[in-house]
Amino acid sequence: MSETTVSEANNGSNSQPSSISEVTIRLAGNSQDGIQSIGGFLARLAGRSEREVMTMMTIPSTISGGASIFQVRLGSGEVLSPGDKADVLFAFYQHSYDNHVKNLAKGGILVYDSDHVEPDEEWLTKYRHIGIAISSLTVEAIGGTARDKGKNIYALGLIGRMFSLNTEKLERLINERFSGKGESVVKTAMDAFQAGYRYQSGDLFNLFRLARGGDERSNQVVMSGNEAIGYGLIAAGVRFGAGYPITPWSDIMELLRRELPKYGGSFIQCEDEIASVSMAIGASYGGRVAVTGSSGPGISLKAEAVGWAVMAEMPLVVIDIQRGGPSTGLPTDVEQSDLNIACYGGHGDSPRVVLAASDVEDCFYTAIEAVNIARKYSVPVFVLSDQAIATRIEAFNEPDLKTICKDIELDLSPVSSHKPYDLSSGDGLSGHRAPGTRIEDGRYPVVTGLEHDESGHPSGDAVNHIAMTKKRRNKLKTLADELPTPEICGPDSGDVLLVGWGSTKGPLHEAVDQLTKEGYTLSSMHIKHINPLPTRLEDILPRFKSVFIVEMNDGGVYGYGQLAGIMRARYADARIKGINKTAARRWKVSEIIERVKARLEEETVAA
Amino acid sequence: MSDSATLEQPPQDAGERQPVTKKEITADHPTWCPGCGDFSVLSIYYKLIQKRNIPHENVTTVAGIGCSSRFPYFVQAHGVHYIHGRALSFASGVSLSRPDLHVFTFGGDGDAFSIGGNHFVHTARKNIKMTYVVMDNFVYGLTKKQTSPTSPIGFKSKTDGWGALDKPINPMKLAISAGASFVARTTHTNPKHLLEMMDAAMDHDGFSFIECLSECTEFYAGAFDSSNPRKGGEFNLVPEDHDPTDEAAAYALASEDFPGHFGIFYQVQRPTKNALEAGVIEAAQSKFEGKPSSDVLQATFNRIK
Repeated sequence: MSETTVSEANNGSNSQPSSISEVTIRLAGNSQDGIQSIGGFLARLAGRSEREVMTMMTIPSTISGGASIFQVRLGSGEVLSPGDKADVLFAFYQHSYDNHVKNLAKGGILVYDSDHVEPDEEWLTKYRHIGIAISSLTVEAIGGTARDKGKNIYALGLIGRMFSLNTEKLERLINERFSGKGESVVKTAMDAFQAGYRYQSGDLFNLFRLARGGDERSNQVVMSGNEAIGYGLIAAGVRFGAGYPITPWSDIMELLRRELPKYGGSFIQCEDEIASVSMAIGASYGGRVAVTGSSGPGISLKAEAVGWAVMAEMPLVVIDIQRGGPSTGLPTDVEQSDLNIACYGGHGDSPRVVLAASDVEDCFYTAIEAVNIARKYSVPVFVLSDQAIATRIEAFNEPDLKTICKDIELDLSPVSSHKPYDLSSGDGLSGHRAPGTRIEDGRYPVVTGLEHDESGHPSGDAVNHIAMTKKRRNKLKTLADELPTPEICGPDSGDVLLVGWGSTKGPLHEAVDQLTKEGYTLSSMHIKHINPLPTRLEDILPRFKSVFIVEMNDGGVYGYGQLAGIMRARYADARIKGINKTAARRWKVSEIIERVKARLEEETVAA
Repeated sequence: MSDSATLEQPPQDAGERQPVTKKEITADHPTWCPGCGDFSVLSIYYKLIQKRNIPHENVTTVAGIGCSSRFPYFVQAHGVHYIHGRALSFASGVSLSRPDLHVFTFGGDGDAFSIGGNHFVHTARKNIKMTYVVMDNFVYGLTKKQTSPTSPIGFKSKTDGWGALDKPINPMKLAISAGASFVARTTHTNPKHLLEMMDAAMDHDGFSFIECLSECTEFYAGAFDSSNPRKGGEFNLVPEDHDPTDEAAAYALASEDFPGHFGIFYQVQRPTKNALEAGVIEAAQSKFEGKPSSDVLQATFNRIK
């Protein structure tokens, strides 16, 4: 059986399931319909089915009653991005239909709830429409009292049938999901699922079967980017955190509040962002590596305290789930516009470390790396994620927790003497001694935000300020030398290098694959360590004729975005140009391709 | 979870350790102006450490920004000079993560009631175990005489040349209404009383707040003369029949005109944040019977496969 796409296989015949390599399904409804839990089931199923999965979801800004969509891309190969266009759209309401039909790929299938949706003549000719009375059939299946509940599970049954998914595993997942709520709830859910699965529609229905993945991936875990950060912090040994609720960071604080006590730790909800960062630094001072985090305006509020942690040399991890800014901005939309505040936010020269996670799996490992760097270098470390990965669910290979998990023992062993800001080492590292540590020479440290001498006592001396500024800066230089060189995808020299950071990794990678197929010679590189930049990165840029930095932020007054600005300052290389997007939506692969082509044309004309 | 009794136990190698001397606990010479009330608070802090024989390494002194907040530099022990107004939040992080320490936080009226007002309210409400001494001088001293949140109406400062216009904060009323479980008032001119209050505050299991009048001789000289018998004023202790668990009575004391009374206005026992969080931890951990962290996390991961 040859593998095809949904549109190629969408010929109306219903005899045998057509084998497809991947499918992108978008579900559009209202937030109270449990749209996102369908996505969760599919993601989990894919994780257990040895198939890679990547999903994308958009959370509505309203608590209930708002429009909600979930897009899931199931693939048997490597799934890099959530997919530009949907092959199948499930529209639960008229507004879902009207707003999302444009996102359907050519030859796509539109499944709609005929109780609520009146199809449009214009689209009827373009797309195959399947009207199913989802609402009334659900009520029929589970009894009249359930009102709108259960439609999501009914739809899951439809999807299970349509794509020949493993029903045994799906039923087990439904059972696990609802078993805590009592037998009757499980039974209702099963009834809805079965009814959807057994829906008979003559030959309306195309059946598909996803081809098996190339490599076996038996042990996969399925979680969102925010969950991955939370669990990564726990694995790395973080046992204290403090925060204040703000979207889309709040999931992480909820997770840590719930989970940390199991490990003997606490997460404290504070009165504000400043108290949160301060409490976290206090716990770090107490000998724990603590975490705080936020999004948008919350990061601005923490700036002064982060500067103190730089000056006083305290370990701290700051999670920043970026959203659209400035100010209150676009609280539930994606943007990569916090890079500058992460690198430079606050007054004075205050070097700190900035890492950016590129997908859900990377969120887990980046959180761990952040904790390790914070401890070793006694410095605040920002972890940048963004709305696109925060709520996206992915399956990834299960981490080997036995080797990864750490408990950080409180070290209060006495020392003969201690200078908190010892200048003798040259690499800038001095290390922190927590209160409770006996210092045998009787000279105890004060940690402070005032410029200080080696023992922490105030000093406004010019020579001392130069030496201490250098010390704080040298820590980052030492780290830069240790950082791995970013990998290049594609040839390691050539005409064009596309550079990205954060959640653009997948789309960028796919864009390079497609452009290469079209005959272009280009490569891409993803930068995870942004401040400091890895020392060996310097050798890579000169090997390419053009360097385009692809970011979800504004090109600004001078035509390049935040990473491009940092890289131009660092490498003084005018060939570095920006490809920017401020639509508060993730990059689509097709957009990157168009923008790169347009840019290359401009350059040809200019030459 | 936090138990001040643990602090008083002699360290394991007590055999070779002598009680801490004043010389050993003294660090930099204070930068305060001659005659500043803060000297008195500092010397009483030394006395307290000696009296309670707190092992050197366990003395943890946290301060924010202001004249009085220079405090940690003058104590030869673990100290923190944090940012303006946020010392309580920092100290809360130390207290909650290190129940073995007794945390002392020092600051002034600007730090406590103006820029840090929100943290004062919430630290009191949460009853986070520590002792907070506010050296209240009714003026911004470090920045040289601006109106402070406790400056009385009519006080002529550089920001209110015609006299302060705004109703001042009443620290005692604020503390009681915010839910502080120990609220006391003292003055730098009565060191014996100051030591008594600090001693009692340290014994209190919870957030213990002391407002200590501390005169700024440079920018508000004579502010507290009416509370100082040596200057012709009156120092009146809280009446003997005052019930410190009676919130309304405490509020009535706090509402008196200056100089009012001195002593413990309010003290109740209620669970500390430290103890409540420890309870949450104990309940959560009881399900895992001392399993290593990797097993606990593995159990979670097994559910999200």
